[in-house]
Amino acid sequence: MGTSETAGALNFTIEHRSVFFSGKLTLDQVDRQGKYILKELRKFPRDSLTINLDKLEGIDSSGVAFLEHIRRELSPKRIDVHIETGREDIRNVLKTFTIPEAVMPLSHEPLGFFERIGENVYHFFKSNFREYVFLMADIFVWTFTDIFEKKQHRKGEFVNQAVLIGVNAIPIVGLISFLIGLVLALQSAAQLRQFGANIFIVDLVVIAMTREMGPLLTAIMIAGRSGSAIASEVATMKVTEEVDALKTMALNPVRFIVIPKMHASICTLPFLTILANLFGIVGGMVIARFYLDIAFPVFFSRMVTVLFLKDLATGIFKSLIFSGIIVQTGAFYGFRVTGGAEGVGRFTTSAVVTSIFLVILADSIIGLMFY
Amino acid sequence: MEIKPIIEVENLCAQFDDSTVLKDICFTAFPNEISVILGSSGSGKTTVMKHLIGLYSIQQGRVRVMDFRLNDLDEKGFHRFSLQMGVLFQNGALLNSLCIGENVAIPLEQHTNLPKAMIEDLVRTKLSLVELGHAARLFPAQLSGGMRKRAALARAIALDPPILFCDEPSAGLDPVTLAGLDELFLKLRKQLGITIILITHEVSSIFRLADRIVFLENGVVAYEGNLEAALRCGIPSVELFFKKARGRGEA
Repeated sequence: MGTSETAGALNFTIEHRSVFFSGKLTLDQVDRQGKYILKELRKFPRDSLTINLDKLEGIDSSGVAFLEHIRRELSPKRIDVHIETGREDIRNVLKTFTIPEAVMPLSHEPLGFFERIGENVYHFFKSNFREYVFLMADIFVWTFTDIFEKKQHRKGEFVNQAVLIGVNAIPIVGLISFLIGLVLALQSAAQLRQFGANIFIVDLVVIAMTREMGPLLTAIMIAGRSGSAIASEVATMKVTEEVDALKTMALNPVRFIVIPKMHASICTLPFLTILANLFGIVGGMVIARFYLDIAFPVFFSRMVTVLFLKDLATGIFKSLIFSGIIVQTGAFYGFRVTGGAEGVGRFTTSAVVTSIFLVILADSIIGLMFY
Repeated sequence: MEIKPIIEVENLCAQFDDSTVLKDICFTAFPNEISVILGSSGSGKTTVMKHLIGLYSIQQGRVRVMDFRLNDLDEKGFHRFSLQMGVLFQNGALLNSLCIGENVAIPLEQHTNLPKAMIEDLVRTKLSLVELGHAARLFPAQLSGGMRKRAALARAIALDPPILFCDEPSAGLDPVTLAGLDELFLKLRKQLGITIILITHEVSSIFRLADRIVFLENGVVAYEGNLEAALRCGIPSVELFFKKARGRGEA
């Protein structure tokens, strides 16, 4: 019994209680013939098998692992496997690549569904929630106190952050708001026309944009755009030990990195929100003009009638809260990053998702309060 | 009988943007030898290695590694070539989302049909060879720089490649671990006949391992030959390198 003879190919012959391997006991040969050889050896009728390696042309770590595999596979059949060789070179390879004892599985067993839920909930309350509140308290205090601390104002930093967070976002916020205003009016127009209530399109667009859609849309876009940038910037600084470097220079990383962003965000988000309101209303105005034949002056005069300062103030108040949430959440995830470069991506994603969730949650709560 | 070189580089030139990084590089490496590429920082060592492993396309010159002519290697050819070599990158280049055991198992799982138990045995063997048997379940971010390097070496030798490229394997290692690693290189060469191309600045490793030296200076080969001759070659930059490196080692 044995495999066919080709140059370098692994061959084996079984004689009495011994199997003689020849050729190369290397990865490619084991990969190609291992299963067949094992199948043949399983038919071995005796209780002891000696594997002779003297005729081998070469052996590598896969060959050594294969011998161990044979031993393990035949042990349930109560066949004792012995390796035999008089060659020193082969003995050396066997010694070098000795298979260590399996102490534990090589990879982590995935947790069960309920275990995962339990662990996440426990982790959330034990660590995330607590630290989030602590960071919020720090940021809240320093946002006010650092306005008066001259040393905390690095030259140009506020303007730089305001441009990054606010000014650079103007085109996208404006465009999206215009389109949303347009779609909102378009979808409502068909319904209102059926009841002859065309003029109420103004009420709908103006109030929805100023109280709800303007602040919310702006916040969601800034969370995606600047929230992710803040999280990844802080996370990268943490991974590259810049945060540690700041600490060793007796600088507080939150005050140094986060507070300028918070100031910039608080100052720019309300303006972005006002801009979003304007563009949204213009979008609605276009539909009202061309779909419901409401002239621009009529739209204006109705808008002045239905729009109260409270509506605008609610939107601005929301935007202030949202700006705090976005910067705080980005910084929170950035400071908690673990796992090197891969962790930066993971935590940035979490920062954006959490920011958007918290923004919508805050919007719901404020909406209920000022209804 | 004349031994055919396993690597042949002829007039290799490389230019990135406006800067010429390699100029007419010529050298050979022989099977079952350890060739060390030396040179000061920025001399083009890593660039040469990236050409040898096919990551940089060859702009000018000819490169042959084993039977693969890298100038005209198509996608399939590159795949076959990749299976014949192991590469240890300067920063380890471990996949951060996988634990060390999974990192080492990847080539075995992807390129062989070996049973799972055998793959696990091989992973344990390779990790214990680099003295990381205890760290299989740890993630790269949980390891020190030296441990990451060793884990990356375990992954590079997972398929017992006939040729192994190592970019500064000694960086970040303590002298005892470094000596152990050098011992492993010698074992791999002796017992499996692996050819090793090594970039290192570690003078103790050079003296322990090098069969052949290629010394680069500002993108050109300043010296190629064996170590003994290098020490007496009369080329100022080569002699200065060994003098300074030895001085640092003794200090």
